[in-house]
Amino acid sequence: MSPTLNHYLLVSGLLFSIGFAGVLLRRNIIIIFMCLELMLNAANLSLVAFSRFNVGANGLPNYNGQVLVFFIITVAAAEVAVGLAVIVALYRSRQTTHVDDITTLKF
Amino acid sequence: MFTPLFWFFAALTLIFAVAVVVNRNPVASALSLVISFLGLAALFVGLDAYLIGVLQVLVYAGAVMVLFLFIIMLLDLRAEKRRKFNLLGLAGGGIVAAALVLEILYVLSKFPAGNNQFPPLRAEKIDDVREIGAAIFSSYNLPLQVIGVLVLVATVGVVILSKRELK
Repeated sequence: MSPTLNHYLLVSGLLFSIGFAGVLLRRNIIIIFMCLELMLNAANLSLVAFSRFNVGANGLPNYNGQVLVFFIITVAAAEVAVGLAVIVALYRSRQTTHVDDITTLKF
Repeated sequence: MFTPLFWFFAALTLIFAVAVVVNRNPVASALSLVISFLGLAALFVGLDAYLIGVLQVLVYAGAVMVLFLFIIMLLDLRAEKRRKFNLLGLAGGGIVAAALVLEILYVLSKFPAGNNQFPPLRAEKIDDVREIGAAIFSSYNLPLQVIGVLVLVATVGVVILSKRELK
């Protein structure tokens, strides 16, 4: 039995849940950031799976999904650059990457 | 995709994704993330998305991870000291993630179309780089320009943010 669309969607959903659990459970801001990347990649996997599933009359996959994945990868790369710069600025002013130590906005 | 390879790479991706979350040392987490991304790239290739697989390796496993490791090195992060667990946060996070998994399983069980095999592609050579490039430069030209501006703004923003004095 070769893998079907549901197998890929299941892997994608599990990957998203792992990233989501990481964001909620971990307190180190860099690890939280890595888990955000995991969640973005889970979305990419389901987009590519749907693109492959939707084969047009010319026998090619639907490339619109892959174009969206291309844009997501670009935006994610820009996001990582800005986010890590923010983390470095934060570390310079507070000497910590632990989110429990950053409570200025806490009510 | 040849089935054992699918299971192998899916397991690789998921196991190392768990390793990212549970590792105490940030460097070990970052390296686990590289393996997870490589497994994901293999899954993309298995779905005949060769360009996306190559981009995944180049951008994520290459550029993004080097950036992460560089920042970890720059901040000189050690393995975290064992802190008192926030039990409420731990339980809440676990419950929400488990609920998400159950929800996904339920939705997939109600989606019979997803149990069909992937339809076959045409027998001739498939030029996916050309097809994606044509789509980007014709139907998706405006988003491409917007992304270009976004990357420029991100570059300028990073330079401003990394100045010593924020005014």
